[in-house]
This record gives sequence, C-alpha cells and structure tokens, in this order.
Amino acid sequence: MGICRPKSPEHLRLCLRPLTIMFKNEKTLHMKTICFYFQIHQPFRLKRYRFFDIGTEHYYYDDFNNESILQRVAASSFLPANQTILEMIEANKGKFKVAFSISGTALDQLEIHAPEVIDSFCQLAKTNCVEFLSETYAHSLCSLKDQDEFRVQVALHSKRIESLFGKKPRVFRNTELIYSDELGDMVADLGYKTILTEGAKHVLGWKSPNFVYQSATNPNVKLLLKNSKLSDDITFRFSDHQWNEYPLTADKFIDWIDNIPENEQLINLFMNYETFGNLQPKESGIFEFLKALPHFAEQKGITFSTPSEVAAKLKPVEPLSIPYLISWADEERDLSAWLGNTLQEEAFDKLYSLGERVRMIKDRRIQQDWLYLQSSDHFFYMSTKRASDGAVHQHFSPYDTPFEAFTNYMNVLSDFIKRVNAQFPSSVDNEELNSLLTTIQNQEEKISKLESELKTTRSRKAKT
Amino acid sequence: MKALMFGWEFPPHILGGLGTASYGLTKGMSLQKDLEISFVIPKPHGDEDQSFLKIIGACYTPVVWRDVAPEKLKERFNSSMSPDEYYALRDHIYADFRYLYTNDLGCIEFSGRYPDNLLEEINNYSICAGVIARKEQFDVIHSHDWLTYPAGIHAKNVSGKPLVIHVHATDFDRSRGKVNPQVYSIEKNGMDHADHIICVSDLTRDTVIHKYNQSPAKVTTVHNAVDPVSKDIENIAPIRNTGDKIVTFLGRITMQKGPEYFVEAAAKVLEKTKHVQFVMAGSGDMTEAMIHLAAKRGISDRFHFTGFLKGKQVYEMLKSSDVYIMPSVSEPFGISPLEAMQVGVPTIISKQSGCAEILNNTIKIDYWDIEAMADAIYSIITYPAMYNFLKTEGKSEVDEIKWEYAGQKVRNIYDCVCGL
Repeated sequence: MGICRPKSPEHLRLCLRPLTIMFKNEKTLHMKTICFYFQIHQPFRLKRYRFFDIGTEHYYYDDFNNESILQRVAASSFLPANQTILEMIEANKGKFKVAFSISGTALDQLEIHAPEVIDSFCQLAKTNCVEFLSETYAHSLCSLKDQDEFRVQVALHSKRIESLFGKKPRVFRNTELIYSDELGDMVADLGYKTILTEGAKHVLGWKSPNFVYQSATNPNVKLLLKNSKLSDDITFRFSDHQWNEYPLTADKFIDWIDNIPENEQLINLFMNYETFGNLQPKESGIFEFLKALPHFAEQKGITFSTPSEVAAKLKPVEPLSIPYLISWADEERDLSAWLGNTLQEEAFDKLYSLGERVRMIKDRRIQQDWLYLQSSDHFFYMSTKRASDGAVHQHFSPYDTPFEAFTNYMNVLSDFIKRVNAQFPSSVDNEELNSLLTTIQNQEEKISKLESELKTTRSRKAKT
Repeated sequence: MKALMFGWEFPPHILGGLGTASYGLTKGMSLQKDLEISFVIPKPHGDEDQSFLKIIGACYTPVVWRDVAPEKLKERFNSSMSPDEYYALRDHIYADFRYLYTNDLGCIEFSGRYPDNLLEEINNYSICAGVIARKEQFDVIHSHDWLTYPAGIHAKNVSGKPLVIHVHATDFDRSRGKVNPQVYSIEKNGMDHADHIICVSDLTRDTVIHKYNQSPAKVTTVHNAVDPVSKDIENIAPIRNTGDKIVTFLGRITMQKGPEYFVEAAAKVLEKTKHVQFVMAGSGDMTEAMIHLAAKRGISDRFHFTGFLKGKQVYEMLKSSDVYIMPSVSEPFGISPLEAMQVGVPTIISKQSGCAEILNNTIKIDYWDIEAMADAIYSIITYPAMYNFLKTEGKSEVDEIKWEYAGQKVRNIYDCVCGL
C-alpha cells in the first residue's frame, strides 16, 4: 500500500505529464495557439440516371440540385462566415488566422453558381492571414488505389489554388483527413512537409493531439492532429440542448483551452466550414461565438496560427506511427464510411480500373467526368451503416437508400466506361497503347522539328 | 395464462397468408412456457400440427343435442377430437338451433374456405364460438381477421374476458378502396368491441385508425415474422437450364398485387438487355389480362406464366430466381419477400407493403414507378456486387426476424388487457 504515492505536488505533476520530458525548449515556448482549418467541399451530385440512359445520355449531373444546394450553403454559410472572418482579421490587426481547404469540385461549382464566394476568398487571401491547403482536386479517394492519379490531382488542385489566390499551397490535407504512414510518404514525395490528419483515439492512445508529431517513416514530415473533442463541440454540439455544457460560450471555450496542461501548446480545430451557418444555424449564435473568440483568447495569451506557421514554430515531440488508414469520419475513424461494404468496393474498383486508360485520353469532357465521378461522396452515399452514423450518411445523401445510390452510380459508370472504351479499341492493352501513343507523339514532335528546320533553311536560302 | 384464439386457416391446408401467419405466431408464442393456446378453426383436417396448441374444430362442435355413441364419435373424429370433449361441449349448448341445418352429430358443416355464402358461414362460426366459449376456460380472446371477429365478440359477451383482434388485412387493402359495406361493418364492429387491436404493419395501423375511427391508444403494430426454412426446402437444388437471369413475381394475380406494373417494367428491361426471363407465378382474376398485356408489349417469348404453385413448387421457383419482385399496390404485410430472402434471393418490394417497414436489405420502390422498378431489376442482374450484397445481407437480416419476438409483443398486450 502506498508504494507509488507521489511525494510532492511537483512529483505528481511530472507523473501525470510524461510528455514534458520529451518536449524540448519548454521554457522558451509558453504560449498556446489555436490552429483553425476549415474544409469546403461540394460534390457534383448525379442526376437520376436510369439504365436505359446508358449509351445515349452522357450528361450525368443534377444541375438543379447542385445549384440550389450550393447557393443555399453559400448564402447561409460561406458568405456570412467569410465576412465574419474578414472583419475579425481586420479588427484584430492580423492576429486572427485561419486555413481553408477548398476542393476543386467545390471551386468549379462556386465559379458557376456563386462566384461572389470566390471573390470573398480572394479578399481573405489578400490579408495574408489565411492559408490555403492542398488536397486532391475531386476530394477523391485516389490516394488509396491509384498513385499516379493522386499525383495528377494534387498538382491540378495546387495549380488551381495558386491561380486563384496567388499562393502555392505548402501544407497537405488528404480527403476527409485520410492518412497512414504509407500515404505520408507518398505526400512527402510530392514535396509537402506538413500534413493534417485526425487525432484518432485508437492511434494516439494516451497521447495528446495537442502537439506536433512527426511521421514514423519520414522524420521530415510533420503531423498536425485534429483535437476531436473541441472541434466537435463546435461542429456537432454547439446548439445541442441535451448537452450538459449547453450553451457554449467563447468565454467558456477559451477557458477550456486555457486549462489544458501548459506544455500542450497547439489546439487544432479542424471542421467543416458549413458548421458556420448551416450545420449550426445563424440563430444559434455561432457567428457571435466565432467573433468573440479572439477577444477572450487575447486575455489568456492564446494566439492563432496557420498550419504553416505552426510547422515552422513548433518542433515535433516524437514520431507517430500510423500503419493503418485513419480518417475523421464516423465513430470508427476509418474508411468504412466509403469502403465499408461490397457495393462500395465494387464501385470503387470498377472506377479505378479505368485510371490508366483515362489518363491517356485527351478528350476534355472525359477528363472532367473522370474527376467528378471520383468524389468520395458518391461512395459515402452507398454506406449501409445504421445507428447514429447512418443518420449522418442519410442526412447528406440525395438518395433514399444506399441501393439507389449504388445503382445510379453504376449506371453512370457503365456509360462512362463505354465512352472510355470508344476512344481506343479495347483489344489493345494499356501498355501497347501507351507505346503507340508515345510513338505518335514522338513522330509529331519530329515532324514539327523538321518543319521548323525546313523553314529556317528556306528562309536562309531566300536571303542568299 | 390461457388464450382462446379464433382463426380461419391453419397449415397444412392454407389458402393465403393468414394461415401461415397464424401458425407462425402461435408457434412463436408456444415458446412461452406459461401460455396455453386453444385455436378454433372452422374445419380441421386432422393432419394439423397439434404439438404446441390445441385445435378445436367448429365443425365438430355440437349446437343441437344428439345422442351419439362414443364409438361412432371415435370413428368420425379420428384424432381431431376426443369423445369426452364432444360431450363436454354438448353440455354447453345454449339455445335452440334446430332451425339450422345440422348433421347427425348435431354439428354445423363448414367448408373452411371462402365460399359464396361466406357471411352465413361466418355467422355459423360465431354460433359455435358461443358453445366453445361457455365450455373452455381462458383469460383472453384473440381473433384473427374479420371472419372471426363476430365469434370473438360473442365469446367476449359470454365470458366477460378481454378481446384482442388481429388485423391481418382490411377491406381497403383487398379492394383498392372500393370497400364492401357488409365487410366493413363486420370489421368496424369487431374493432369497436375489441379491447386491443393488433395490426401487422404501421400501414394497416393507419388504416385502422383513420378509416375505422379507432383510438390510436388501443392499436399496436406487431410485425409478422417468418419461420426458418426446413431442411427439405434447403436441399432443393435450383434449376438453371439456360444462362438467362430469372425475375419472378409470385402471388395472386389480382389488382392488389400490381401485376401490370411488373409486365411494364419487364418490357423496359427487355428493351435494353436480352439475357433475362420473367416469370409470373400464381393465378387470379387478372391472369388473362396480363397474358394479353405481355403479348401487346411483344415480350411473350421472355415472359412466362406458370399458374398456381403449391408448397414445394414455390420454393423451387424461388430458388431458381435471381430476383424476386412484389409490386403490391397495397400489402398489409406480405410474408413472401421474407421467404425469398430466406433462400437467398434478392428482392424488390413496393414501399406500399407493410414488410417494407422492417426490411432494410431489399430495394424499395413505389409500385407505380416502373422506371425505378426496371432500374432495380437491371441493377441486380447486371452488377454482381448488388446481387451478392442483397443475397447475403438479406438472408442474415431475415434470419433475425423471428416469430418468437412477435409472440412476446403479443404477450405484452395480453398482460396489458388482463390488467397484469
């Protein structure tokens, strides 16, 4: 009895915080910082596509639904939230900072249906207090299956962000925070040194998400982990009357952060941007809550940082090994939301069996459809989970049942496959086709080279 | 606790879903050790399974006193009833029924089917119920479907015990809204007298509340279940003599079952794909019209009519199918999709079916939406993942829908009406 009884309060403190030992330069860094990151994504929802449309109808999207959803979200959430953040940055003289990850499909739709949202993001970009993150263009799951496609899509997205907001993204965030060691290596190969992911309990165990970690396989890669508890307090519980902490005020929230042990300095609040104004309606006071945060934070000496700043400022405490894929979705925090049943697997495998061939095709319509069909949402709708997570799937799904989602998607995919196969004879296998295409490409290059040579010779001849 | 049940059909001699449901429910309830069930039917054949309940035949219940020797009774009843039982019942004849036609045993004869003079048979059944209710000891009365409501009311009046009625269907389902006033009045009367009403689905419950003006507080839904398939049936080998996919409709070919939507959907599917055959199994007043319709759509070469299927044939047909479809316009419950799922056949059912309320691993469509129906058929026969998912998940789902649980719910209602 009493063998392990701590001798002094100081001893107790050390016992409870084993991480203190690993944390270097503790004295010099004594300020907590909040890192906000918001996800913005909208898929191109498919229209009701019956099997008799296969081979005759090649337009797949539900324009009406996509437009009305986008405009509704833009009006209730994106625009007022952008305005609020802009005012906050101005009022706090640049001390309030956030990061956004906007998928390519969301940008494409915003451009068509609500270009004013893009303008307001450009305005935010000019404040230099906002960072834009990199991801796959279609918010897709290609990282799991098709490395080449992954590279293509990340590059495409990065280019798009740079052209819109003037800055090349330097921090990577995969679709729905999906991550594993292997995936980290793939991202590192693309030149990214910081990755955002979920602070999944089954990975962290007793460890806290409030530190910067480094990849176990690649020490150069820093990992920023979502603080699920605090993030979900805002996203899911903010206006929940059943919650014992209701109502959540900025005062209380900052107090919670302040009460986190001193050495844990980084609070990563990652959430869906639609939290503001859509998931939590304006009437719940969510915008006022957001607005009040910097004031209380300043009182407690808590700052705000972008992921890049965090990565530059804080050193990783230790390597974190994540051998299996994690994500931020559902109770399991794994891939079961998208690839949890045989329907989802079949659709997924069918889709990515096309990758190699599609990338050889120059047809722009096919390229566009290829991207839009890859959005992870299509697989999310096919989930057959029930209980509480099932309700979330049902909430976002335009379909009544997962079977309808599967049938519709497969019908569209069947048509798409036909179009892909019509480009080149399907009897030619990919390797052969590739070499033929290369030959043609080389010959074209040679011809144009010879032509220009011919031209110069002729002009020289004319001079003489 | 003892329950006196009134029913119309009991396996193996059944004409519709009522007999199957009665059997399943009583069997499920017999797992409750402290419950005894006496089940009254118009005409037992003697081969009913009496291991878990007692069957009383209305056609063996004397309503006119006759002096009959025990030897004669033994010869006539076989194993259906003992002579002592007959004498005990005879002691409870309560009025002069000599004006009725009775046989040499003093009993009224029943067809046990649904004859043209059905109303008369219902009335006679209720007369016999009076004798039975006077003789039997019981705590609660349970009447299955409208044919037995008058008997239930009679028993209630005689004994003062609470009456629970079980609505397996209403006339609104059978007639697509054009109700027979006589049937309606029997149904309504039964519901008004009942202490509690059990419905087989929320759909039926709504009808009972709104069309029969019943208080929602006394109407409860107890969904039907399905009996596990026997070894015999499990061993039936599917017949596959062509490489074609088989899509099957199985049921009475009547207005209620929506057969015309199936034909139209079949025509749509055949426009696009050829390797599929459609089967309409069953009989009914719309059979001829359906044959004409299939011919008119030019799909007769791929659309087959098998006629009425019995017992094992049903499972042979099901097992040889790739898709089972039930496009019912109005189905109070509909046990047959559950039976299809038991043998691993993917199913498509209309949202207007009661069983849609409890099934998840099936495709639900509106009965009139032939495009959606065609699309669902196409999906199952074209995408292997869909077929396999519905096959395996459907089976494991339906294996968990047990009569035992339904029986427990009915028991709770008994306890409630008995004030326990």
